[in-house]
Amino acid sequence: MGGRESSPFQAHVDMQAVNKWFGALHVLRDVTLKVRRGERIVICGPSGSGKSTLIRCINGLEVHHAGRIVVDGVELNDDARTIDQVRCGVGMVFQQFNLFPHLTVLENCTLAPIRVKKATRTAARDLALHHLTRVRISDQADKYPSQLSGGQQQRAAIARALCMNPKIMLFDEPTSALDPEMVKEVLNTMVSLADEGMTMLCVTHEMTFARQVANRVIFIDAGRILEDEAPEAFFDTPKHDRTRAFLSQILH
Amino acid sequence: MTRHGRPPPMFHDWTNTIATIVLGALLAYVAYSFVQWGVVHAIWRLPDGASSIMCRDVRGEGACWAVVVERARFMLVGGYPIDEQWRPYAVCLLFVALYAASLVRTLWSRWLLAFWIAVPVVAVVLLRGRWLGLTDVPSEFWGGLPLTFLLSTAGFTVALPFAVLLALGRRSTLPAIRALSVGYIEVVRGVPLITFLFMAAVMFPLFAPQGVNVDKLLRAQIAFIMVTAAYLAEVIRGGLQAVPRGQYEAAASLGLSFWPAMMLVVLPQAFRVSIPPLVNTFIALFKDTSLVIVIGLFDLLGAAKAVIVDPKWVGFGVEVYLFAAAVYFAFSYAVSRFSLRLERELQRAAGTA
Repeated sequence: MGGRESSPFQAHVDMQAVNKWFGALHVLRDVTLKVRRGERIVICGPSGSGKSTLIRCINGLEVHHAGRIVVDGVELNDDARTIDQVRCGVGMVFQQFNLFPHLTVLENCTLAPIRVKKATRTAARDLALHHLTRVRISDQADKYPSQLSGGQQQRAAIARALCMNPKIMLFDEPTSALDPEMVKEVLNTMVSLADEGMTMLCVTHEMTFARQVANRVIFIDAGRILEDEAPEAFFDTPKHDRTRAFLSQILH
Repeated sequence: MTRHGRPPPMFHDWTNTIATIVLGALLAYVAYSFVQWGVVHAIWRLPDGASSIMCRDVRGEGACWAVVVERARFMLVGGYPIDEQWRPYAVCLLFVALYAASLVRTLWSRWLLAFWIAVPVVAVVLLRGRWLGLTDVPSEFWGGLPLTFLLSTAGFTVALPFAVLLALGRRSTLPAIRALSVGYIEVVRGVPLITFLFMAAVMFPLFAPQGVNVDKLLRAQIAFIMVTAAYLAEVIRGGLQAVPRGQYEAAASLGLSFWPAMMLVVLPQAFRVSIPPLVNTFIALFKDTSLVIVIGLFDLLGAAKAVIVDPKWVGFGVEVYLFAAAVYFAFSYAVSRFSLRLERELQRAAGTA
């Protein structure tokens, strides 16, 4: 998986010795991670290992307590304006979809472009329909989220994030809440995104997806990054016992 | 007998059957007596020139609705000058139209919200008349139903934005804002409404700087707004708690900052959940406006009380109070039926999720 490696010095996401605590619980320990433009990273690990927290720090949904996070050249700090600026360039897809239930799928997609990017209604609508077509649910545009299947809702959520033209996409267990037959349609959407060169960080246990799409697989346990390898090396020759134990549990 | 071939529950066994028969007989007796008193032996109008002696002759046997017929105008519009009485009637129509429009789901929009603000303003302007070139009628002469409508509607509309701020403040991460909101809500909720009215009517003028003279009605209105804001804040806080954290996060991750996220994503959902308790608070407020009587304002109930101390009609309190109760009931019942229907509709909408 070569991908489009640009200069290794030009990190798209740069985390330096990031630490975070939830009260007394040390959830991220000296996490250092550089993601290059167009790279696809899969993050896995046991539950409670801090993998979700890690990607939620990148768009400021969680505050880091020590270390530096630079996203597309902007360093995250306490300033709400900086955080909003970073969020405009970083799309996020949640496990529970988190579509806005009181708005139609189309309105879900046009809300932020109109309110944040000051797009005109027509421009926002055209953009939304473009992305909804891309995730193959443009025929559902005028329905409410509750009228859609889980897989359709998740694809709508991906389209909503894409409408902000993000340079980086974060996926927080995007298929974990889906019925098995719907997992594939969402993964296919993510694969086509990857093919278009999007920088992606994806927390998932879909190891087939990791093999197929990821440039690097990161294994995190107790808040520490234990492995950071190309998928072949990660699956074939894991370095740590913890990784081996984890892999033996999720691969049959 | 029901479809299932079993007797209905009130006839399931002997105790139930006896209780049903006894209570049924009692109810029938009460209904019969009421019809005898209120319809059969009632006097609806006094013949021209007749005095209320005629009514006194049938006391205990028949109702004297003549008092209601004769003084209905006073009860409905209070002491408003008779030559100008189209104004309070027009105001009543405006409010009734506003409430009726609010019952129609398809009319729900920003415009309806605007009308909830506009109608009380128009009502005040029309009742006062001075700014329209009509006869100036100071608020001391306003009374009856327009006053009830005005106090409750303006109280609710103005309190709502404050309530939203208080509810958000109570959930704020900033300790000072949280403490202020909690303090306000708890103190105001912990003090009876009547105390606030007394404070507004009696204490405010004592402590107000010299020369500052705020209209008594306005002071009462402010007291209502302050109290309603505290109650509504708790209702809205409940609604906010029902909005999942993921909604805040999704809004934030799209780059929406605090206020847009609140206004566009969180509050619309919170209000949807809060509609039944909001309606409930409005009904309570509608009836509580009758407390302004303690500070000498004549709303519907106040005007009714003034009628029964009139020497001509002393002793016909029951008829007058029944009339006032019927007016309150008509509005409260309509609103509560509406709220029930709304609740069912919202449940159906949620059920498709």
